[in-house]
Amino acid sequence: MIDTLILLAKIVAALVWFLVLTLYLTWLERKESAVMQDRIGANRADFFGYRVIGLFQPFADAIKMMFKEDFTPSFSRRFLHNAAPFMAFFFTAVTIQAIPFGDVLRIGGKEIKLQVLDIDVGILFILAMLSFTVYGVLLSGWASNNRWTLLGGLRGAAQLVSYEVALGLSLIGLVMVFPSLRFSAIVDFQGDLLFGWLPKWGILLQPLGALIFLIASMAESERVPFDLPEGESEIVGFYTEYGGLKWGMYMFTDFMKVLIIACLLTTLFFGGYHVPWLAADGFHFPWGGQLLLPHGIVILLQVLAFNVKVIFFCWLQILVRWTYPRFRYDQLMDFGWKFLIPLSLLNIVVTAIIMSVLK
Amino acid sequence: MLKHLGFFIEIVKGSIITIRHFVVNMFYHILNLFGIKTKRRGAVTRQYPEAPIQLASRHRSLHRLLQRDDGKPRCVVCMLCATVCPSECIYIEAAEESDPEIQKVPSTFIIDLSRCCFCGFCVEACPEDAIRMDTGEVELARYGRGDLVYNLEKLLG
Repeated sequence: MIDTLILLAKIVAALVWFLVLTLYLTWLERKESAVMQDRIGANRADFFGYRVIGLFQPFADAIKMMFKEDFTPSFSRRFLHNAAPFMAFFFTAVTIQAIPFGDVLRIGGKEIKLQVLDIDVGILFILAMLSFTVYGVLLSGWASNNRWTLLGGLRGAAQLVSYEVALGLSLIGLVMVFPSLRFSAIVDFQGDLLFGWLPKWGILLQPLGALIFLIASMAESERVPFDLPEGESEIVGFYTEYGGLKWGMYMFTDFMKVLIIACLLTTLFFGGYHVPWLAADGFHFPWGGQLLLPHGIVILLQVLAFNVKVIFFCWLQILVRWTYPRFRYDQLMDFGWKFLIPLSLLNIVVTAIIMSVLK
Repeated sequence: MLKHLGFFIEIVKGSIITIRHFVVNMFYHILNLFGIKTKRRGAVTRQYPEAPIQLASRHRSLHRLLQRDDGKPRCVVCMLCATVCPSECIYIEAAEESDPEIQKVPSTFIIDLSRCCFCGFCVEACPEDAIRMDTGEVELARYGRGDLVYNLEKLLG
């Protein structure tokens, strides 16, 4: 009974964390782009006269979206048109359940893993679920029954499929180094030290893999340098025929993808919840110092470190989105098939050679 | 493949520019947040309705009709402004005036601001210096079109 309750609480907590942070990513995006462009950004939404640097803006946006007309064009395929945003939303939202937020929390004789779904195939699960989001893109493009949305949907499908390959291949090198697909095991491996002083993070063992993963995953999230499916300036994209909350769900899915990519980057390449030199009983510095901490503080620091890293990678992705212009469609395909995939294959070969030499 | 590597350097350079903007602006924002006054601000934005902008003295804003010492409009209904107006938004009707020096005064003087393009030709054309555009009023949004039709009383007021 109590285990079920704990599990439920974990699911709810992970989802709430995910959705609230996603909501505030819209705020971060507006503010960060503003600061980059010497502007101030959204700061007008107030709550009983309090503005607090625009922190209520996401709620104002959400309320506005809820009260807009839920419009379904008469020429659309009604059922699929309504189902598509939910598919995109659902398959992105479930991915958070496989991400570890922290180590095992021991409280009152119970051992609680700060991760909802600790499955053997964690990486495959997330990749599969992210691939499923292509249904949302493709179905919305097709069910809207509009030429431009169909073009957008097809572009989205082609892009997702081609970058999915590079994404998967870039992780193979990592799986070779950390011989597991289980997230908690991968993060545990990264808690060790390299040469006795360097944290054994994935980025240090797989620098090329990390770079390819970053690029390919940003292409997966379909934001600006890779926003061909949407293509605001030419075809408006696969969600042209959506309005109100259903459009909002696509928007939300976009930001959820940013967040889940930040989570994946953190977990796979940047030590997950690990703070450098922080072991289960406190800090053990390589120069000999020691700072012992109680269990609760250690877990708190780990969760905090995870959050800081995730927010940093969200910041990085938003920076990229507001810095670069769009790819042309043929450049995008060239870049995926002729550059990223050979490079990730090279990464696998080099990793294999180095591993066999060092063995 | 080598071509892409060449792009890569430029891509990194581009991101350095935006990162520099972000870091520098954020530095000033944080200083200002803690109440430290700096010469430079983090953003070039002006918070308009709360902090209105000082208009230039020659800025063309809402029209006004100037008055003589006895309160009558200086306008002598020569129709130059109505003639020169490219938007044709000025409508004047004349009335007789007993003073032989003046002879005519406007009984109606209407400027339809919804058509006015604020070119200032009426001010240039006026031989009597009877119309000026120096009220400094630029917030001219109204809920109805009729509210933008300014008559003699409004323009004199």
